[in-house]
Amino acid sequence: MTESDTADDIVIRVEDLTAGYDGNVLLQDINFDVRRGEVFVILGGSGGGKSTLLKNMIGLIEPMTGRVLIEGDDMVTTFGAARRRILCKLGVMYQSGALFGSMTLLENVRLPLEEYTDLDRDAMDLISRMKLDLVGLEAFTGHLPAEISGGMQKRAAIARAMALDPMILFLDEPSAGLDPITSAELDALVLRLARNLRITFVIVSHELASIYAIADRVIMLDKRRKGIIAEGDPRVLRDTSTDPFVRQFFHRELPVHDRHSAAHA
Amino acid sequence: MTPVDPTAHVVASRPAAGASLAVADSPDNTRVLSLAGHLDAYSIAHVWPAARNAVKAAGDRNVIVDASAVEYCDGAGIGMLVDLLRMPRIASTRAVEVRHLRPEFQALLDQFDPDALIEDHDPAPPRQGVVVEIGIHVARIGRDLREQVAFIGETSTALGNALRHPARVRWADVWMICERAGADALPIVALIAFLMGVIIAFESAVPMKRFGAEIFVADLVGLSMLRELAPLMTAILLAGRSGAAFAAELGTMRVNQEIDALTTMGLDPVRFLVVTRVLAALFMTPLLTLFADLVGLVGGALTMQTFGIPYVTFVHEVESIVDFSDFMAGFIKSFVFAVLIAGVGCLRGLQTTTGASAVGNAATRAVVSGIILLVIVDGVFAVIYYMLDV
Repeated sequence: MTESDTADDIVIRVEDLTAGYDGNVLLQDINFDVRRGEVFVILGGSGGGKSTLLKNMIGLIEPMTGRVLIEGDDMVTTFGAARRRILCKLGVMYQSGALFGSMTLLENVRLPLEEYTDLDRDAMDLISRMKLDLVGLEAFTGHLPAEISGGMQKRAAIARAMALDPMILFLDEPSAGLDPITSAELDALVLRLARNLRITFVIVSHELASIYAIADRVIMLDKRRKGIIAEGDPRVLRDTSTDPFVRQFFHRELPVHDRHSAAHA
Repeated sequence: MTPVDPTAHVVASRPAAGASLAVADSPDNTRVLSLAGHLDAYSIAHVWPAARNAVKAAGDRNVIVDASAVEYCDGAGIGMLVDLLRMPRIASTRAVEVRHLRPEFQALLDQFDPDALIEDHDPAPPRQGVVVEIGIHVARIGRDLREQVAFIGETSTALGNALRHPARVRWADVWMICERAGADALPIVALIAFLMGVIIAFESAVPMKRFGAEIFVADLVGLSMLRELAPLMTAILLAGRSGAAFAAELGTMRVNQEIDALTTMGLDPVRFLVVTRVLAALFMTPLLTLFADLVGLVGGALTMQTFGIPYVTFVHEVESIVDFSDFMAGFIKSFVFAVLIAGVGCLRGLQTTTGASAVGNAATRAVVSGIILLVIVDGVFAVIYYMLDV
């Protein structure tokens, strides 16, 4: 965090967060802020706690200790209408898409609009179609999720997450399973929304090309150290980090012992 | 910009949410819609229809949407502007133009082609006529029957192979399923069988006592439990409990592509998944039926005790009227019921499609078709036993 940050600029604050499952600690004493309009990417190896951190940030899992503040509000201690107000500010795209299987894509995207706004049906339909158009699915509005591919389901999930134009969008591995062109279009969309509407993005991703294209700042988690091992601009980290794991990650290198095995193979 | 009529009036506003619309007609045949404030999904619900109506009512005027006072415009606000821009193609309005939108919002608006959003490119399919619907259902039933016949063939072949090569059967899986479908079902089978015995005895003892014939209640309980109720009720319980579980397990495996993985590994899903379950049901259903026979008789004997019939008399009466063929009539049925329950459960599981409701549908279909088949087969047995004088 820089000195120029004001309370208004910070939309998410993670304070002394310890998280895990069933007493098994995956992340310990995590602290970071996410600023308004920032594209913030969470990196790390498999099992490093990225998705656990994301679930703590969106209130699906209660932290073991510490807290997560969304615009100053702690979701864990907020209930009822106040919690719904916080949730309206968030849009979440889950790794698997998590579309409702009994609804068409249009109905999936329209659902948050029906529940949270007073717009008439024509208006909701048009907004839903525009969201699906943004992710290239305008021609599939009447399809059920089971009738489209996994990549298309993911794009539809992004459209649903954007239905209410939330101020914070959490995307769990948005580019995984997408073809390079669609992935690049998605990156452009993220940047457009972040720059023009100052929507904040918190993204879990492994796609280095996408990370370099969109990330303003990244944090990298490591399962052995159970915490953040690097934070900053991904290009700077790639070029200057001396941490072996960070270097391996950004340069796609094998760990030393694997390199020896590969050399002898 | 076109000079605006000083009599311009605000037609819709929502000060709390910060969106407003003013409509003014200028002398040069132009209608100006002045939007102001914060245009998002929560604030424009009242402004949007008013703006739409104002454009529709513009007649032969050109329409200019003046967005110079718009402070914020998200996807919903852009949606409203797109809706207004496409109006000339929908209504008999002349040109609509958006002016003075801030560049950051204009960039969002420029993403969309209003003309492309006039028609729904993937409308819901029209409803079929009654005749077509009936035809579709009949075809579906025919397909289902064909699949059932094919499944019976596959399962019979796999069971035959299992009998010829018992070492190839995955016995560890069979014993595990036996425990879940058999041992774990003991309490519910015991409860239902006991209550069946109690209820039959009590309901029949009250009227028969008026004729001094309550001793014959033992005959009734003995014959009905052993020949009919114990095997049928046990099978229905297992259809609801284990048949549904088999369908859900195999359905989830189908959804998770585990069955595809078995197939591509060259392993027969029927041998791996169906044979184990059918064998487990074949072992457990007759045992549970025996258990239900016994517990049902205990229930009947306990009830008759309250009507002054001692246990010894009850047992003696049952022995005198129920012979071995009555017992076997029920016991043999339980083997057939076992194959039906496990087979239908597995078939419905393997037929699972995709989607969140698919596994639930598979379990429901397993229970419904399982129970229907049980009752039909029970009827067939009744006819056969009658003809064989059993």
